[in-house]
Amino acid sequence: MRRFLATLALSASLLAAPAGAETAPRATGGLGLVIERATGSVLLVDRIAHEVISRIEGLGDLSHASVTFSPDERLAYVFGRDGGLTQVDMLTGAITARVLQGGNAIGGAISDDGALVAVSNYEPGGVRVFDAETLEMVADIPSGGKTVGLVDLPNRRFAWTVWETGTVWLADLSGEVPVITDLGQAGLNPYDAVLSGDGRHYIVGLFGEKGLTLFDMWQDAPEPVRFLSDYGREDAEMPVYKMPHLQGWALTEGQFALPAVGQHALLWVERATLAQAGRTALHGQPIFAVAQPGSPYVWVNFALPHNDTLQVLDSRTHEVVATLTPGAAVLHMEFSPRGHELWVSSRDGNRVFVYDTHSRTVKAELEAQSPSGIFFTARAHRTGL
Amino acid sequence: MRNAPALCLAATLAGFAPVPAAAEISAERVERLEHMLVQDCGSCHGLVRKGGLGSPLTRDALAHAAPEGLAAIILDGIPGTAMPPWRALLTEAEALWMAHHLLMEPRE
Repeated sequence: MRRFLATLALSASLLAAPAGAETAPRATGGLGLVIERATGSVLLVDRIAHEVISRIEGLGDLSHASVTFSPDERLAYVFGRDGGLTQVDMLTGAITARVLQGGNAIGGAISDDGALVAVSNYEPGGVRVFDAETLEMVADIPSGGKTVGLVDLPNRRFAWTVWETGTVWLADLSGEVPVITDLGQAGLNPYDAVLSGDGRHYIVGLFGEKGLTLFDMWQDAPEPVRFLSDYGREDAEMPVYKMPHLQGWALTEGQFALPAVGQHALLWVERATLAQAGRTALHGQPIFAVAQPGSPYVWVNFALPHNDTLQVLDSRTHEVVATLTPGAAVLHMEFSPRGHELWVSSRDGNRVFVYDTHSRTVKAELEAQSPSGIFFTARAHRTGL
Repeated sequence: MRNAPALCLAATLAGFAPVPAAAEISAERVERLEHMLVQDCGSCHGLVRKGGLGSPLTRDALAHAAPEGLAAIILDGIPGTAMPPWRALLTEAEALWMAHHLLMEPRE
């Protein structure tokens, strides 16, 4: 009887519902945001249907924007260059809260429980932490410079690094009062950092000197460990027109795949020993090196003037297995969570391309205005983003 | 209308000495340079030039800058910082054009 009633109610609601998506139930697991960097807008996209649902405007300067999601994939947090922190409802496509929290920001992260959103600032330097629901500031942590490589760690903690001082900071916000710890020196001019998906290794890339620095965040008192000490920008083959990004980096086959600063190369490092396991010559200076989920492959994009190209590498052989040219100024790549598709933004082509990763061919494309970052809601469930 | 800024610039530049070879820069290249200023320079200096990893390039920030000095920085970079030399991608005339463009058309 209960089922009969439920069926009746459903039929009634279907009949009563106007022809439109606004009243139809919808999940958020197939949704994402595409940053339109020049127009201060984002596209709400359905990655499964390969469709743009709507354009959301009024988000400010998005020249270095990134996005994180609430644990239920309902809310997106967009971090803008101008210090704007915007909360977007992924179901309605509406801006539900927005604050100009600083003068110049570079990214953010959300705590594991989804309660706190942290923003990495250039001006004023440091990290500010906000209530994820209301965007009210709950902590302001000056750090003596421009912050890079902000990541979330389990139990309401965040770590970040300071460009000017090279210091790595850990903030524990699980108690009444934030506990801020200086973890030590990463090195000269750290440009970015990344956390392995298991929350263990925080790796800092250096612009000002040779090597990279790793912290084992599973330790009670993580300490800096320098590795690849004979690699660095001094060996640059050409000027560094764009800093590599370590977020979204590849960890595959027990190796880190790291973009070499100023070199046309990807470096392979054994995770267990931190010894270099290989070096692959590439088409240009790598920006992102991202592992295709469920595969041995790593996809790489490049800095200008080689930024119309993607290369695919096999982590078992370290060889380039494919070179693709999607379009002008490829800025970002985002895999579907299981890796069957890759979305690629072509800023100057004003297109987002959807690749079938098995055949490595374009299966769909979407129009976008100067698209840069692509962020799918599945990021909600990954540590360190 | 696309060419208006370039024409305008050429007219203004006539008052400067030495005059950069603005006439040698095609309209197509001017468009490309404008795009590069916004997008590629903007990666570090911000789309509205309020700075980022790179310094702000606002009207205030550039108040005392000379075009030739800015062009030299664009071409040769600033050693010890993240500002790279762009000489491989730009001619001297193009760098000077960019410097003038920065000084005359703040994006704020």
